[in-house]
Amino acid sequence: MSVVEDTQTLRAGTIGDSPARPDGISKVQGGYAFSSDLSADGCLFGATLRSPYPYARIVSIDQSAAWKISGVEAVITADDVPGQLTYGLISQDQPVFASDVVRYVGEPVAAVAALDPETARRALDAIVVEYDERSPLLDPETAIAEGHELIHPDGNLIRHQRIVHGNPDASGAVVVEGTYEIGMQDQAFLGLEAAIAYPDPGADGVELHLATQWLHEDQGQIAACLGVSDDKVRLVLGGVGGAFGAREDISLQVHTCLLALRLGRPVRMAYSRAESFLGHVHRHPATIWMRHHADAAGTLVNVEARFVFDGGAYASTSSAVLVNGITMAQGPYACPNGQVDGYAVRTNHLPCGAMRGFGAVQACFAYESQMDKLADACGLEPQEIRVRNAMRTGDTLLTGQPVMNVAPVEECIRETAALPLPDEPVGGAPLGDGSPNVMKLPGGAGRTADTRDIVRGIGWGVSIKNLMYSETFDDYSTARCRLTDGVVTLKFATAEVGQGFITIAGQIARTVLGVDEVVLDQIDTGVGSAGSTSASRQTWMSGGAVDAACRAARERLFEAVGRSYGIEPVRFMIDGTDVIDTAGDLRIPVSEASAGLEIEETVEYHHPETEDLDELGQGNCHTAFAFVAHRAVVDVDPELGLVKVIQIATAQDVGNALNPLSVVGQIEGGIAQGLGLAVMEEIIQIDGVIRNGNFTDYLLPTFLDMPPVLTTLIEQPDPHAPLGAKGVGEPPCISSTPAVVAAIRDALRQAGIEKPLNRVPVRPADICL
Amino acid sequence: MTVAVPTTLDEAVRLFAAEPSAMLLAGGTDAMVEINDGHRRPGGLVIALNRVSDLRTWRHDAERRTLTIGAGVTYSELMQEPIATLAPALADASRTVGSPQIRNAGTLGGNLGTCSPAGDGLPVLSALGAQVRIVSAAGERAASVDDVMVGVKRTSLKPGEMIAEIVLPVLDGWQGYAKVGVRNAMVIAIASACLVVDTDARQLSIALGSVGPTIVRCPEAERQLAAAVDWAALSVPSDALDEFVGLVSSASRPITDHRSTADYRRHAVGVLAKRLARRAFTAGERRS
Ligand SMILES: Cc1cc2nc3c(=O)[nH]c(=O)nc-3n(C[C@H](O)[C@H](O)[C@H](O)COP(=O)(O)OP(=O)(O)OC[C@H]3O[C@@H](n4cnc5c(N)ncnc54)[C@H](O)[C@@H]3O)c2cc1C
Repeated sequence: MSVVEDTQTLRAGTIGDSPARPDGISKVQGGYAFSSDLSADGCLFGATLRSPYPYARIVSIDQSAAWKISGVEAVITADDVPGQLTYGLISQDQPVFASDVVRYVGEPVAAVAALDPETARRALDAIVVEYDERSPLLDPETAIAEGHELIHPDGNLIRHQRIVHGNPDASGAVVVEGTYEIGMQDQAFLGLEAAIAYPDPGADGVELHLATQWLHEDQGQIAACLGVSDDKVRLVLGGVGGAFGAREDISLQVHTCLLALRLGRPVRMAYSRAESFLGHVHRHPATIWMRHHADAAGTLVNVEARFVFDGGAYASTSSAVLVNGITMAQGPYACPNGQVDGYAVRTNHLPCGAMRGFGAVQACFAYESQMDKLADACGLEPQEIRVRNAMRTGDTLLTGQPVMNVAPVEECIRETAALPLPDEPVGGAPLGDGSPNVMKLPGGAGRTADTRDIVRGIGWGVSIKNLMYSETFDDYSTARCRLTDGVVTLKFATAEVGQGFITIAGQIARTVLGVDEVVLDQIDTGVGSAGSTSASRQTWMSGGAVDAACRAARERLFEAVGRSYGIEPVRFMIDGTDVIDTAGDLRIPVSEASAGLEIEETVEYHHPETEDLDELGQGNCHTAFAFVAHRAVVDVDPELGLVKVIQIATAQDVGNALNPLSVVGQIEGGIAQGLGLAVMEEIIQIDGVIRNGNFTDYLLPTFLDMPPVLTTLIEQPDPHAPLGAKGVGEPPCISSTPAVVAAIRDALRQAGIEKPLNRVPVRPADICL
Repeated sequence: MTVAVPTTLDEAVRLFAAEPSAMLLAGGTDAMVEINDGHRRPGGLVIALNRVSDLRTWRHDAERRTLTIGAGVTYSELMQEPIATLAPALADASRTVGSPQIRNAGTLGGNLGTCSPAGDGLPVLSALGAQVRIVSAAGERAASVDDVMVGVKRTSLKPGEMIAEIVLPVLDGWQGYAKVGVRNAMVIAIASACLVVDTDARQLSIALGSVGPTIVRCPEAERQLAAAVDWAALSVPSDALDEFVGLVSSASRPITDHRSTADYRRHAVGVLAKRLARRAFTAGERRS
């Protein structure tokens, strides 16, 4: 009997290694083709006419002047939609084109196709739309209070959900209360919306190449609006330059296909940055009231909360965002009692939907601000109060759902605390002439501050995030594995949006099947759905599907080898790149064992079923959970209200880091987005009109705003996860925001200033006036 | 649309005289943004100025103590020696502009041509009392920079006139520029200030950006502080500094918009004024 040597060395490109991503070098060198780089010979250029008003009745649309422009090939409106007139992820309440009423500034009213983009733009100018302006509904509380005119047939309230758990009247020695506001954040992916549609000969079907997060969901929605069966709409993933939730809803998909089918020619549509701000959903602005009750030692007794999410004009995923928010009201802390009231409402603001963190972000800013208040009231340090209440496996949420995953909340906090604080003084190491490095001071290149103007603060944030979809949704993933002559070919419809799934898919195949060469087939609708690249779910779900497909292929391989050598297949395993007999001496390379074989296995991976919430918000509605802690060090100029984040330390519950470098990439990127929400990123709408839909005024953190990040990965493989690996995409952006704000409050306190800072992003005036 | 690429100033002026509605294009960092945003559509002629070598040079006249900067000199060039020593505030302001790419393309003449109250070069030009040499087919005229700037994105340049050079005094004394934005780089000023001290003349000047339709000067504050300075010790009593801050803030005429509020801007220019003065002078005891 041979003994399997556990050499402990990692074979290159397998799970646990950090191989170079296949798209990495071309992206860095600028050679990568994003969807906006797609073009086809003889293709026409589409453009969209959008509403200038937040709320108005359309009296008439006169296209005649547009048709007279030479080079204009098509002008289409709602009258030209052959199928369903509306679409939507959860309820189909959003028109392909507004026909009677426009409900937000930027709502599509018509589209054109022309020989070149400039002619298309002129055609838009030539379409005359007569509007009858109405007074917009902009205040979410007005939407909740009945009595206002319904701005949509589906009503002004998208969803109301309560949670009542334990004894909602319970109280303790310490009670803290606050109202928190979260501004509207944009996903601000760098690769703008773009697609190209190729009509089939005869124009009864279409192939759409595009940037999206979920090919099959798009396929279904597009086919319904085109009035054709799903198989008449084939989708191919183009290069995706980031998504963060903004590509979950339909934007230009239906318009592009309609134009292409109408003209029988390929049509390309591509948004500008300004149009992108109007063309996709954003993070919900929210107002959250919370009252926390604790005993004198700081142990939570009861959490009361009221959430109001402004969903904007159309429902998108608002009802799911709401449930995420309210079910995370207690944060990553055990709490026996609670009472939560949540509303997602419709207004004439820009529509809101998915964005990284999906409801958990808004909740976290509120509950973490509350935890700091509680710590103060109890005379505890921020991390003490958090450790004292830290959730453990088996604790229940306010929905009554037990958390059955690995829940290393306390470890996350302790490991974060163990990371070193920055050793550089304010202003960094002095320059040669003894002066501080202005680039390291708040205000940076603006040279606003001297070292003496600055105080440094430290703040904490800890969070919980549900992974995968909730409330009975079966967001399964499909993968196909083909093994022949030692080469694995994987096919899946998993949208690679930059997160690196294509890298780990190969790692999984190499590990499971002992091959070195893995070929990735085109990502398209030619295989079953993979679900959305969102909800931190693809490593778990599509990773699970790839793993399962590879295991199924491995069974077939073992059967084949078993037949050849007369050995029971159960005795085989893969050791490195060999098939070995665990009860004998046989060892043959996988390449040899699979020579001439044609093994192909397609597997769907489903997560366990979840439940709906009942009237009182009770039910096992979520699939799984992940946790993270953040500690921020921030230098603050209290007099000017400017800040510079100096360091973020984090320990994240990742289960099993399949590709550590990718995990760190997600962590650093997510923190940048959380920092952005904390201190600068907000879409400003005045009277329903966006005022900063461009990168001049919608500020994203630059390299100079981004601090060093110290990271500890908490690797406790989750027994429920197919590879032990939890999703890592969303947690980094959730509690980094409250950590930064807490650090600003801490710095101000050291300067003798008490500021609530109960709104993000924190603006300079919030600090200094 | 045609693009003319003159190589001499005379040629550029002639082209402009023939078609005064032509669009001048220097670094294009404002002009291209306006075109891409659909705010401007060049119809006929675009005159590209970046090959006009006369506009891309600068010279220092040590005798007259002037620094003359061609309209086409870029921020990257203004940040370097010896300009950085001859006009330190201009170098400070140039360092705050955009990103390296923008500083490599963007020019001082373009900043003045756009005449945004947030233009980072403009408070410096105003505080230094810069003279602008303007050329056209009709000849040449000089105007003070404060007279060139007449409103938000409005100059007093007449059709066919272009900015050739900007003449600055080379002064003894501290000078500096500071700018508040909501990000640590690559940001439009929501308030800015330039302080220039002329120790020979025992005068000082302060000019504010983003707090009025054009750059705002604060003559009262300038007189007050100059009178309070101990010019031998280069120090200033701390209560005089407080008074200066108040005068600067009240000289500002800010508005509230999507970038910031009037209250914050008024407050911020006061703080900037104080900090610039603190860098220029040591703050002494209070006057008793
Ligand atoms: C990403 C980005 C960041 C920026 N950041 C900043 C910043 O931080 N601070 C700042 O102040 N600005 C900033 N700007 C704006 C811009 O870079 C500056 O205003 C720059 O000085 C413009 O110079 P230019 O050479 O590019 O001008 P252009 O864009 O070529 O021209 C600007 C205007 O001036 C006119 N013009 C050009 N030359 C002449 C001339 N010789 N005579 C008369 N009129 C002329 C043009 O017709 C045009 O109207 C930024 C721009 C971008 C795109």
